[in-house]
Amino acid sequence: MKLSQYLLALVCPIILLSSCKKSTEEVTPDAKSTFSIEFENQVNGSPLVLNTTTYKNAKGEDFKINIFKYYVSNIKLSKADGTTYLIPESYFLIDASKAESTNITLKDVPTGDYTKIEYTIGVDYARNFAGAQTGALDPINGMFWTWNSGYIFVKLEGTSPQSTDTGNKLTFHIGGVTDPNNTIRTFATEINSANPLRVRTDGKPNMHFIVNAAALFTGKTDISFASLNFTMGGANSVIVANNYTNGLFRLDHIHN
Amino acid sequence: MLRKITVIAVLLLSTAMMYACSKNEDEITPEEKKITFSIPANFPAPAYNFEDNKLTNAGFALGKKLFYEARLSADKSVSCGSCHQQFAAFTQLDHKVSHGVNNCQGKRNTPPLVNLAWQKAFFWDGGVKNIETSPLNAITDACEMGTDIETIVAFLKSTAPYPDLFKQAFGSTEINSQLILKSITQFTAVLVSGNSKYDKVTRKEGGISFSAAELAGYNLFKEKCSSCHAEPFFTDFSYRSNGLDLVSTDEGRSHITGVSSDFGKFRVPTLRNIEYTSPYMHDGRFYSLDEVLEHYNSGVKSSANLDPQLKNGIPLSSTEKEQIKAFLKTLTDNEFIKNTLYSES
Ligand code: HEC
Ligand code: HEC
Repeated sequence: MKLSQYLLALVCPIILLSSCKKSTEEVTPDAKSTFSIEFENQVNGSPLVLNTTTYKNAKGEDFKINIFKYYVSNIKLSKADGTTYLIPESYFLIDASKAESTNITLKDVPTGDYTKIEYTIGVDYARNFAGAQTGALDPINGMFWTWNSGYIFVKLEGTSPQSTDTGNKLTFHIGGVTDPNNTIRTFATEINSANPLRVRTDGKPNMHFIVNAAALFTGKTDISFASLNFTMGGANSVIVANNYTNGLFRLDHIHN
Repeated sequence: MLRKITVIAVLLLSTAMMYACSKNEDEITPEEKKITFSIPANFPAPAYNFEDNKLTNAGFALGKKLFYEARLSADKSVSCGSCHQQFAAFTQLDHKVSHGVNNCQGKRNTPPLVNLAWQKAFFWDGGVKNIETSPLNAITDACEMGTDIETIVAFLKSTAPYPDLFKQAFGSTEINSQLILKSITQFTAVLVSGNSKYDKVTRKEGGISFSAAELAGYNLFKEKCSSCHAEPFFTDFSYRSNGLDLVSTDEGRSHITGVSSDFGKFRVPTLRNIEYTSPYMHDGRFYSLDEVLEHYNSGVKSSANLDPQLKNGIPLSSTEKEQIKAFLKTLTDNEFIKNTLYSES
């Protein structure tokens, strides 16, 4: 009984002290908070509408999109002083047909001002060969090849009158992690230091990215659906990945 | 002589808890034989070691039940065990190529499932890289089980006793593809075949020795075959062409690597239990070992990527053929083929 009273007497001032200290500091060193990223799917500036809307590729060919899904993983944040934070187990599958998947939440991120974000478009090498996975990486999501271990990083399916495939189909399943057909790509973007990503205990900022599905077909190589309408890994997938490396994502704004 | 690695731990915890809940505390849980993953003394360290998939009796039992569950397939007629039959060392007897749902004939011969824990790549072309994900292709292939994971998960969630079995194996009635694949792997990775006469002779067990013909065959084998069919697995796990066709109809390894020098190459298959795994080769073209040996003796075709060691074939006299055959039969592991632990119960 006595002992616990002493303890209480000791602990009380400590709590008081520490709570005093907290209120004076804008960013507590070990504090963690949450931010979110919204991926707004578009095609050359117009909203992406599956199945019905007709778009044009860089060659002026019409096409429609039925499926558009992609992985964003290994999200890494950097501060102006060069320190970085890799968000553990950050694997997300964005699916244009599932509205809730286009807004992702990152929890337990150390508070601070971040001036750069980078992430893998796809899934890192190791996870492609790992054992059975769950969550975003569950093969149930239809993004895992069963005959050649590995994930489909970006999947776009649709139609184009120019496609020579049966049913004028477009099938772009981009993946593969071994040279010469490695399609793992990293996207990085600086964040304006005047309005950095401010992760705070009392604020949950939101980053807004525009995702341009048409970026698969232009950039380094303008693709004609007459000659390329089907790829599941291999050299043609590399052409597509090289196209979207820089063109797929654009940071539009941040709500702090 | 077996180094037993006990990867096993607490068993029937959940059952015990269930008993506790129902307050039948005086009821006694039945004793079970612990399932172990045993590494034969003449084998190296395995590639798969159950690190992220703790082997338990309940996990193994569930995996085995799923392995023999035909209701997982589209027309409820085909289980893993239909193509991977124990009496044939888990390959499909008498089928050149796999035979799946709706009487569909697949493209390749079913490989035996033995010593998979030592394999780093799976399938004839090495396309699959993890034992845990290797059942996925069979599940989804229109010609094998013809279904999808969503359907299987839904079936298992709504079919007794599966929710209970998942709870016993993994501590929760949650059923998802990861747990399905992990439990199946607790079954398939435990399929170790290392008790053939050859193994016992190698390990100098119980005074067993080769007959004169077997010994002569072993020596011939070491001279002519083991550069590819390397001991103790009787494969070096490499991809090669042994000259079956001038131009292969199946791309083989190059389907995965995209490299033309891999065209028509297939994984060197294990020869363990070869007596029971006929027909032979990736397309099951040979029904007997005599045909296989005659192929090496006189049938090797100079395919573009033919392995250089085989450019003159492997000339074999009829005595030599008989001796090699006698040796190959010492690779039969009856304890494995007849082990009731692996049988459908
Ligand atoms: C219709 C017949 C069929 C069914 C059913 C089937 N398999 Fe197979 N299995 C095959 C064939 C054929 C291969 C080889 C595929 C290839 O090389 O392209 C194979 C390969 C494998 C391999 C890789 C073996 C190696 O050495 O590379 C494993 C493991 C496997 N199957 C497990 C399973 C499991 C588990 C199931 C049940 C979910 C299953 N199979 C159902 C025919 C079948
Ligand atoms: C240059 C490498 C090489 C050598 C040497 C070699 N093999 Fe093979 N063997 C292979 C390959 C590769 C296959 C699979 C070919 C295929 O299916 O396309 C195979 C298949 C077999 C098979 C069929 C196994 C099955 O389950 O389908 C048998 C049996 C066999 N070899 C026996 C022998 C014997 C006996 C010798 C020696 C006389 C020998 N091999 C020498 C590479 C070799």
